[in-house]
Amino acid sequence: MTDKQADNLPRPVLRKRRNSAWLIWLVPVLAAIVGISLVVNAWLQAGPGITISFQTAQGLAEGKTPVKYKDVVIGMVSKIRLSADRSHVLVKVNLEKSASSFATSDTRYWVVRPRIGLGGVSGVDTLFSGAYIGADTGDSQTEQYDFKGLETPPAVTHGEPGKSFTLHADDLGSLDIGSSVYFRRIQVGRVVSYQLDKDGKGVTFAVFIDSPNDRYVNSSTRFWNASGVDVSLGADGLKLNTQSLATVLAGGVAFQDPTGPHDTTPVADGTSFQLFADQTTAMAPPDGPPSYIRMRFDQSLRGLAVGAPVEFLGMNFGKVVSIRMDYDEKAHRFPFIVGAVVYPERLGQAHDKLVALAKQRGDNADLSHMVGTLVDHGLRAQARTGNLLTGQLYIAMDFLPNAPKTNYNPDARPLEIPTAPGSFDKLQEQMADIVGKLDKIPFDQIGNHLNDSLANLDATLKQVNGQTLPSLNDTLHDARKTLGAANDTFSADSPLQKNLGNSMQELQRTMRSLRVLTDYLGVHPEALLRGRQADPAPAAPKQPPAAQPNRSQP
Amino acid sequence: MSALPRADELGLIGCHVCGQVCSLGSEDAEALACPRCGSAMHRRKPAVYARCWALLIAAFLMYIPANVLPIMRTASLGDIDDNTILSGVVELWVKGSPGLAVIVFCASIMVPMLKFLALGTLLISCQRGSNWARRQRAQLYRLVELIGYWSMLDVFVVALLTALVRFGYFSLVEPLPGVVFFGLTVVLTMFASMCFDPRLIWDGKEDSDD
Repeated sequence: MTDKQADNLPRPVLRKRRNSAWLIWLVPVLAAIVGISLVVNAWLQAGPGITISFQTAQGLAEGKTPVKYKDVVIGMVSKIRLSADRSHVLVKVNLEKSASSFATSDTRYWVVRPRIGLGGVSGVDTLFSGAYIGADTGDSQTEQYDFKGLETPPAVTHGEPGKSFTLHADDLGSLDIGSSVYFRRIQVGRVVSYQLDKDGKGVTFAVFIDSPNDRYVNSSTRFWNASGVDVSLGADGLKLNTQSLATVLAGGVAFQDPTGPHDTTPVADGTSFQLFADQTTAMAPPDGPPSYIRMRFDQSLRGLAVGAPVEFLGMNFGKVVSIRMDYDEKAHRFPFIVGAVVYPERLGQAHDKLVALAKQRGDNADLSHMVGTLVDHGLRAQARTGNLLTGQLYIAMDFLPNAPKTNYNPDARPLEIPTAPGSFDKLQEQMADIVGKLDKIPFDQIGNHLNDSLANLDATLKQVNGQTLPSLNDTLHDARKTLGAANDTFSADSPLQKNLGNSMQELQRTMRSLRVLTDYLGVHPEALLRGRQADPAPAAPKQPPAAQPNRSQP
Repeated sequence: MSALPRADELGLIGCHVCGQVCSLGSEDAEALACPRCGSAMHRRKPAVYARCWALLIAAFLMYIPANVLPIMRTASLGDIDDNTILSGVVELWVKGSPGLAVIVFCASIMVPMLKFLALGTLLISCQRGSNWARRQRAQLYRLVELIGYWSMLDVFVVALLTALVRFGYFSLVEPLPGVVFFGLTVVLTMFASMCFDPRLIWDGKEDSDD
């Protein structure tokens, strides 16, 4: 039955067989090629692996933190581990093949994190995206695979146009890395680094001025610390001077050329400058080398402070740097030794001329010999009162006309300038002298004498009161009487008065007749000889009229 | 001849499409076609072992980059995070979604691996004509067929997220090459299991316990 059924069944259609089963093997071959190409590609793209050490791995993550140069990813952190001594972390970075030039010795790596400082905010993008490692490379070809990462981003990246300059200052002030550098209040650069001098006597800054503004720095340019607020009270009111609000907080450096003609050729990269404390100091003519002098004062120096000015004929010449006490065992006194730094070049032309003169004389042009000449002419240092209210003293160097001779030693180091008591001290001395003299007056004896005299006076007065005054009273009484009598005598109806009136009338008459006579004699002078002529006339007296006209009887 | 005869033993061959049964002569080596519907007829699927092995090997080759390369990049506020399949699972587990981690692990790692193992086992056992656990092997094959496409879960997730999460700087999901290789792996394993002929399991010497 089955055989029969099978026979009845149709036969399948025969087709030409396509022997293409091997084609299927192309699929795994293709897959293998893709896989191998991936491996080869990865191998080709893999650049050098480097290790960077950081203080902390804060913000870094294995396989996630990229290494960027100019915001282009050039590598990836592959592993983070602690160093053997646990003092820092070692970050392994796989650089890309194209970035193999970053495995050279002058490449710097640092972690870019959000930084919020007084000078500004940076790395805000990393606030959300997480930190990344920034890179900056140089020109070196020397291969290096171990790096020490910077803790702060470098202020200057390689190839940035501009120039670096070195500044020397006494202290750091409020400057920091990244503090701005201003030229005419335009920000043109920044502080790149600072470090203590090797001798510890100052701080050296490196500043970077961006191109093209670096051409304004020339050999006579003055740099000054523009931090903080400069408040000055002048005749034109209160002045508040600051470079910008940022410098008040974060500090800054400003530079400018001094006024007047000077060389304006830009200086070379790396030139050193002095960083002055403020603009006024910076713009002042250069002080020149300082000299140290010493003065010995015998009187109290209350009110003299370190930093007090030393003035030469009223010109600021230096400042006091030390005040120390000494003991003079012979005189049992405590003189003060005042040390001061002076800048002879501040005297300008005077200094030049003095130097020239010293050279002419054959002395060395040292300050000591110049001062020697001046001391011979009466140069003395005095502590004078600069402010009567506060009693602050300053050192004045002046020529005193009657200065006593001193033995000046030009070879002494430090140079010792003879001193004279100050004018105020002199005044004080004189006052003391007067007071001393006053003291010598025997006030108590004088008082005693005076007391005795007063007692005598008292007795005398008593006597006067008891005896003299009553008699005086009587005398006065008598006097009044006498006066009354006198009064009577001079009254209008008194005989004396009457007589006097008569006498006066008589005198009047006499005068009249005398006049007639003189008139007549004037007309008739001959009458003196001949007598009166025919015309009726009063009898001419014989005696001369001028001799006794008043007494002539009518 | 066994108790239950096979079509092969009776010299018969059936069409998979229209069900036409033909008697088979000596044309074994030829390519056959159904006389009724014209579709290809074959006793067993042709070149099963070559195709299966080729596709399986290709799938396995693709599976390596699929796991090594990251499949997805999530960028959120500039925080760029590239994840491979395994790192994604670990991250899910660590960040407190163990259930999700298990699902992704099963779908993306366990299932492909099981498919490789299952298909490999089936192919090797069939090639050797083993009569070991035939019923279980048949069940295994059906299981492989069933769960094959669920492995595409990962690919779908990436595709969906890429399309949905596009908020520029704030949040962004991008597919990375790994997901392509993973998709290829899944597709190739599905092809491999399609190429396999489960009838091969039953070929070979008859077992006493069958």
